Amino acid sequence: MFVFRLDTHSGVPPYLQLVQQVRQAVLLGFLQPGDRLPLIREVVEDLAINPNTVAKAYRQMELENLVTGRPGQGTFVNAQQSAAMSAATYTSLGRGLATWLRRAYAAGLDEQAVNALFASVHQQTRNEDVA
Amino acid sequence: MTATEFALRTDGVGKRYRKGWALRDCTLDLPAGGVIALVGPNGAGKTTLLRMVVGLLAPSTGTVEVLGHDVTASTPQTLSRIGFLAQDHPLYKRFTVAEMLRFGRATNLRFDQALAERRLATLGIPLDRRAGTLSGGQQAQVALALALAKRPDLLVLDEPVASLDPLARREFLQVLMGAVAEGGVTVLFSSHVVHELERVCDHLVVLNHGRVTLAGDIDTLLAEHRLLVGPRTATDLDRAGAVVEAVHSDRHTTLLVRDGGLPAAPGWQAQPVALEDLVLAYLRRPSEPGAAVTSGVAA
Repeated sequence: MFVFRLDTHSGVPPYLQLVQQVRQAVLLGFLQPGDRLPLIREVVEDLAINPNTVAKAYRQMELENLVTGRPGQGTFVNAQQSAAMSAATYTSLGRGLATWLRRAYAAGLDEQAVNALFASVHQQTRNEDVA
Repeated sequence: MTATEFALRTDGVGKRYRKGWALRDCTLDLPAGGVIALVGPNGAGKTTLLRMVVGLLAPSTGTVEVLGHDVTASTPQTLSRIGFLAQDHPLYKRFTVAEMLRFGRATNLRFDQALAERRLATLGIPLDRRAGTLSGGQQAQVALALALAKRPDLLVLDEPVASLDPLARREFLQVLMGAVAEGGVTVLFSSHVVHELERVCDHLVVLNHGRVTLAGDIDTLLAEHRLLVGPRTATDLDRAGAVVEAVHSDRHTTLLVRDGGLPAAPGWQAQPVALEDLVLAYLRRPSEPGAAVTSGVAA
């Protein structure tokens, strides 16, 4: 059964953290179409988390067509059309990133510098796309 | 929204003691079904507000409406829908747990003793023990089970986890959140600990110096605020009063802004703000009369 985590220092709203964890698990193949997510009640008692937060996350996932709730049965992962990365894309993007990381470390950057650079360039790119 | 969709409405509520005002101009609309945290330092007026909500204290000004009924009228029917857990989970220390339950049944219009016994059995708390001999965490659980046995529509808790160790705190919140998941109860609790609030609350009320300084749906509040980090600047920062707090170092300026996510100026980096930092920033603000900032729910 899928297990959620909660990082209370990230600044990311808890409901969004839950959505992101499922999205990522689907993308990476840890969650497969037909898999059942834990019941809201189970997540609540596991994480000691507000049930409205979990319900909001599940609603958002349904809205994104990530999962389907079936009354009385539970919430199930959908077959993904566009969202799922093909294994080839995953491998090739991963390799590209690994090459870039090796260059960054060779240039003397440490992990924090890499993260700062990534965040900064990522935001610039996003801003340019919006503009 | 109709009146019954609000668990709690206060309008211009104030409380004046001989030494002065403990609470002023408190106007809140809090939706039913939510978990609402009332946050503020000691002496901010949290307990005063909570005691007015449960009808233990009459306001000097304004009105308090719980579940559509004026609390100052305090009919047994209204009060039976409100559960209250005072600070430090008071129990009669020489009563056994079973006697506490019998006392609860005898003194309440609604009391689901079987429900309380089931909850305590799940937690492994023996009914024949005297309350005073239980651990702090177990006493808190017994007090919570008693409050939940009323099947209240509004459950008010004053600093429920302040005195508990981290494990007991987590167990207490697990039971409390489980009760919310069953539906039908709105929870309002006070806390001076802001850590971990995000986990359990969907609404927030920040109280400081007897005034509400921030109130609203937490996700909305977090989406509206962010941290901007950029080169140190002496120019006029306050675009339309959006700056909540500005911190300067030699070359950097960090701004906490409430601008609803406008694009950041060139050279500035925007970051989401953690709830804890947001609350602390509002608590650090000097008190200004009438400067309450509200969101999500009407002010």
